[in-house]
Amino acid sequence: MPSTSVVNGARIRAIIAEHAGREGPLLPILLAIQEEWGHLPREALPVVAEALNLTRAEVFGVASFYHDLREAPPGRHVLRLCRAEACQAVGAAALAEAAQARLGIGWGETTADGAVTLEPVFCLGLCACGPAALVDGRPVGRLDALGLDALLAEVR
Amino acid sequence: MLKDEDRIFTNLYGFHDRSLAGARVRGHWDGTAGLIARGRDAIVDEIKKSGLRGRGGAGFPTGLKWSFMPKEGDGRPAYLVVNADESEPGTCKDREIMRHDPHTLVEGCLVAGFAMGAHTAYIYIRGEYIREREALQIAIDEAYEAGLLGRNAAGSGWDFDLYLHHGAGAYICGEETALLESLEGKKGMPRMKPPFPAGAGLYGCPTTVNNVESIAVVPTILRRGAEWFAGFGRPNNTGTKVFAISGHVNRPCVVEEAMSIPLRELLDRHCGGVRGGWANLKAVIPGGSSVPLLPAHLCDDAIMDFDWLREQKSGLGTAAVIVMDRSTDVIRAIWRLSKFYKHESCGQCTPCREGTGWMMRVMDRLVRGEAEVEEIDMLLDVSRQVEGHTICALGDAAAWPIQGLIRHFRGEIEERIRAARRGTLTAVAAE
Repeated sequence: MPSTSVVNGARIRAIIAEHAGREGPLLPILLAIQEEWGHLPREALPVVAEALNLTRAEVFGVASFYHDLREAPPGRHVLRLCRAEACQAVGAAALAEAAQARLGIGWGETTADGAVTLEPVFCLGLCACGPAALVDGRPVGRLDALGLDALLAEVR
Repeated sequence: MLKDEDRIFTNLYGFHDRSLAGARVRGHWDGTAGLIARGRDAIVDEIKKSGLRGRGGAGFPTGLKWSFMPKEGDGRPAYLVVNADESEPGTCKDREIMRHDPHTLVEGCLVAGFAMGAHTAYIYIRGEYIREREALQIAIDEAYEAGLLGRNAAGSGWDFDLYLHHGAGAYICGEETALLESLEGKKGMPRMKPPFPAGAGLYGCPTTVNNVESIAVVPTILRRGAEWFAGFGRPNNTGTKVFAISGHVNRPCVVEEAMSIPLRELLDRHCGGVRGGWANLKAVIPGGSSVPLLPAHLCDDAIMDFDWLREQKSGLGTAAVIVMDRSTDVIRAIWRLSKFYKHESCGQCTPCREGTGWMMRVMDRLVRGEAEVEEIDMLLDVSRQVEGHTICALGDAAAWPIQGLIRHFRGEIEERIRAARRGTLTAVAAE
């Protein structure tokens, strides 16, 4: 993953060109940029605005509206725990506390070694096998404290 | 109980082959060109006769919705948009369809698209659904390769393109006009209606937005006939329905059943009953987080359909049943929902933007009992001022669970306030 400092204007323009033919290209472009850099580098937004003939405010508005789009780089692994009702009914709250205690961080924070970012997520649609989590985009069901330990050992 | 031969989603559990070949073995994509050859009006009439009501929550008759699409084009293209932004806490039914039986949806898109004169359809899937996106994209690619999509789709003479578009984590994008905004690449903020999407929707063109399940059942209804589908459930609440049961039952599951099945039968037969037995039941949220809960005494005779639940001032919603047993702190559970709606309010309408936060803060104090008894009525009053005063239904969805809580569990809230006064409030069960 290239670091923020070397955000490559040419690469961003290439991503824009890939999607420019579609209708409503802004969201796919932002997702593709995030895929490449792990977040939306601030320098990228004006380039996108210029290319799509939008104001910078419009692009920033969209970038800040969606929860999945991030302005800062996350840790090497992202652990997202479902906080919704069905999971809570089967132990999600205790699991969240365990995760925060083990990692020593709160919601939206990254461990000091940059290994894990912990995020809340509202309903992964894994309600029938909660508590549910998403580890780097991989869904995990029926997660308990033991399973959490195994997961954390795996990613750290 | 629904017989196996009457199931539409024959691979809901993922036991069989989900590929095109597997779907064909199970009878999908069978004579699709023949279905389309019946003509637009015949298809819409058949769907009207089947009594299919939208499966996304509101329960609007699907056939009627399609008939709002302009019969003759004015040069603008028409679009079908499938709402796969299934983000309501508790709802996980469309997920199973897209993951295990994606070809029902792909075929449904073609038939429904033809019935409304659309050559292009978009499926808007939420960003959190990873496996579903993969499964659906594979299904779409397979269909293109086999000539079932694209030019002269399935040999029907109708050109049809299907695109999969994924969201970026915003609950509000499940609202149909917010979804259209998001598809256009804007912030997902709902639009004022009218104009309704059938008049001016995606890119200002006639558009119909339907739920995944509503579209996926269409080919089977046409193949087996409207009478067959209408034979399940009570009048005006017909058909089979995918229920998603989670929470305090022994075996949470997603299952297709006949509409109007008694709640108790649904839980006992498919979920191994309530944890600790039926007497241990405290409350049920019958249709996803945005409908008011049903207390245990109403659950005994509860019938799972649109009209019965509406009469109890609740709703079928998405038929996502969240079961809570007596260990549940129901006030805290509803507080959790308030927090969710505050988090997800898009901020466009003041009553919702301010009201959801206000309601959450009062709920927060009610959980701890740090409130006055009079505040319960004040909360109810504020929830009424949010309800119906916003562009989209998120304001209603935030208000209803709180209204349901106060309607059925006022005693428990008051007791907690008194206990906090006396200093006898014990640590309440958090879950």
